[in-house]
Amino acid sequence: MATTTLEPRAGSYHRSWVLDWLTTVDHKKIGILYIVNSFLFFFAAGFLALLIRSELAVPGMQFLDQNTYNQAFTMHGTIMIFLFVVPVLAGFGNYIVPLQLGAPDMAFPRINALSFWLLPLGGLLIFSGYLFGGAAAEGWTGYAPLTSDRFAPGVGTDLWIIGLALVGTASIMGAINFIATIFKMRAPGMTLMRMPIFVWTILVTATLILLATPVLTAGLIALFIDRNYGGSFFDPAVGGNPILWQHIFWFFGHPEVYIVILPAMGVVSEILPVFSRKPLFGYKAFVFATVAIGLLSFSVWAHHMFTTGAVFLPFFSFMTALIAIPTGIKMFNWLGTLWRGKLILATPMLFSLGFLSMFLIGGISGVMLASPPIDFHVQDTYFVVAHLHYVFFGGSVFGVFAAAYYWFPKMTGRKLNEPLGKIHFWIHFIGFNLAFFPMHQLGLSGMPRRIGDYSPDAGWTILNMVSTVGAFMIAVSIIPFLINVVATLINGEPAGDNPWEGNTLEWATTSPPPPHNFDRLPPIHSERPLFFLTQGHGHAVERPEDLVEEEIVDEKPGDIERRPKDLV
Amino acid sequence: MSARTMQAHPSGEHEAAAAVAHGQSGMPMALVGMLLFIASEVMFFGGLFATYFNARAGFAGTWGPPEGGHIDLPLAAVLTAILVASSFTMQFGVWAIRRGDTGKLKLWTGITLGLGILFLAGQLYDYTELGFGLSDGVFSTVFYTLTGFHGAHVFGGAIGLTVVLARALRGQFSRQNHVAVEAVSMYWHFVDVVWIALFLIIYFLR
Repeated sequence: MATTTLEPRAGSYHRSWVLDWLTTVDHKKIGILYIVNSFLFFFAAGFLALLIRSELAVPGMQFLDQNTYNQAFTMHGTIMIFLFVVPVLAGFGNYIVPLQLGAPDMAFPRINALSFWLLPLGGLLIFSGYLFGGAAAEGWTGYAPLTSDRFAPGVGTDLWIIGLALVGTASIMGAINFIATIFKMRAPGMTLMRMPIFVWTILVTATLILLATPVLTAGLIALFIDRNYGGSFFDPAVGGNPILWQHIFWFFGHPEVYIVILPAMGVVSEILPVFSRKPLFGYKAFVFATVAIGLLSFSVWAHHMFTTGAVFLPFFSFMTALIAIPTGIKMFNWLGTLWRGKLILATPMLFSLGFLSMFLIGGISGVMLASPPIDFHVQDTYFVVAHLHYVFFGGSVFGVFAAAYYWFPKMTGRKLNEPLGKIHFWIHFIGFNLAFFPMHQLGLSGMPRRIGDYSPDAGWTILNMVSTVGAFMIAVSIIPFLINVVATLINGEPAGDNPWEGNTLEWATTSPPPPHNFDRLPPIHSERPLFFLTQGHGHAVERPEDLVEEEIVDEKPGDIERRPKDLV
Repeated sequence: MSARTMQAHPSGEHEAAAAVAHGQSGMPMALVGMLLFIASEVMFFGGLFATYFNARAGFAGTWGPPEGGHIDLPLAAVLTAILVASSFTMQFGVWAIRRGDTGKLKLWTGITLGLGILFLAGQLYDYTELGFGLSDGVFSTVFYTLTGFHGAHVFGGAIGLTVVLARALRGQFSRQNHVAVEAVSMYWHFVDVVWIALFLIIYFLR
């Protein structure tokens, strides 16, 4: 029947290249828009980081004044988290999740486009404070009463609130889209327990976004009412409570930490098996650990508030320490995958191994901070800054670059240059540790976060200088990456469908995939459908009827062992 | 070629075929989306309710409207009755279209929309005669924020009802094809439930 006219009259009308990208509802193009947009904000926020590190290199105020310094670290944190790490991972999710599920697109393609386009709008609103007398300057956490109209009268904080509310709305719509896609759009045979780990991590992440972000929106609205309409949510003079902001912010903010790390864990769990030539060790344990982290993440928010005296320390300390268990299980999953594997040290693998080692350090300092006696000692010091950068940067951002190198061939049809990639990795890795490891010691010796100046007698100068050198190394490491991307796009090595010999469905289609993603799908009898295909146990489905028949036979989820025989 | 083809095309005449191939049995996609959206809305109102309880728990004096102001329980009770009734009329409309009765759908949707507008008008009138404003202390702030955001959601629901009514008048719904009616009714019931919680907390759980 009509199935041959899949793309009705493609090419019969002309749209300009620009209009095509502005109006696209294709999840692959939207995914690329997400990624490119996120990297632009990454460079902007990275520039602010260099400003901060330049200012801190030696005592005294050289480049900024106190106020512009406050704006710099506020914008750096806000933009990095809300407009780089979260959306860039959502971008990879947008591109990869439908492909890994064998789906033609996301569940709601037009809402998908809307949730992307709100991002640059929100990001520019947040940044536009610089044009109206100064951006928000209260830190990315925006603690009351710093954000009250008395202490932050400028319009920058209002723009920050509106921008964040828009970005939050965008991510809620994206989360609805991901969950609906994962539950409703899986190819025949793709049971929940055969989904790639990356899809699982996106599913849990989307659930956290769906349930945590609206609470932040409520808090932002309350703050906006306080500032603009004489409300008194956070004003103790008229019965309000500034601690309430911390509760609301961290009730969102701690799930947010896992929103940022879980997809990166998913990326690494896709890459380690492929480059170890082994299946992921303990697939089910990994899935349950991911779900457990998601559940626990809603019961730990007050560990950010130990020193307020307003929270029950034993409970939140215990729940926080509990998270080390599923996270430790994941560490064993990854190490078990590597164990006796035939390791291939290509760039995606290097960034994944970087993730493992750096995230481990961040995880350990996290367990330390879960203990109130230690937390009381290092609260608001550079120890916390070191911890969060080892998790956000050493964890999530290494995962982002691993994903970029791993899936670039699928997105463009061309493979990034390996030597340049390795140069990028090593400068990045060394620079990262130079920049952030000394912060542990700075924090332990008492250097507070969010200060623009410090005494030359404090003994912090050398470590700060080392940290600044490291920050500039990270910036330099981006240069080979950018050269690599541009050169590969112009004249890169053609990748073919499956350059890494991956086993998940995105590698079963062409690079880049056609608009409808798949002309045909292999039978799906495990979480590694392509493995059975390439190892001679399966066969590609040429006729759609075959697949429907197999779908009928294949009713028992999780019954992987008996499958190969049935197929031959 | 069989209707259950594997061709994965998102739209057009292949939608049904793709739906089968992708196992889209069970709940329609739009309702899944609406339920997830309602879940996020529950958390949004959860956050707002948390601000109410936090303010209430930490309040030193007598909890309630400031000097010279009052809250109007009889009017609020009438508004509650109107909104609860509108949930019933909405559901009658849903049941009607499930039987394929488009005439009754139009009737009940129209009545529901009328009741929704009546509720909003009553709430605005309520605001004018209470004698206190949003900036008169923490009770006033949480009172107007919670009831105001609920009112905004009723307004959003009324827009949804208007769309449903317009589409019903153009004959776009049938026994098989009326997912928009189901989705809007879910949302309307949700808004109703939020109001019942608000009403009980603000007017009784003092």
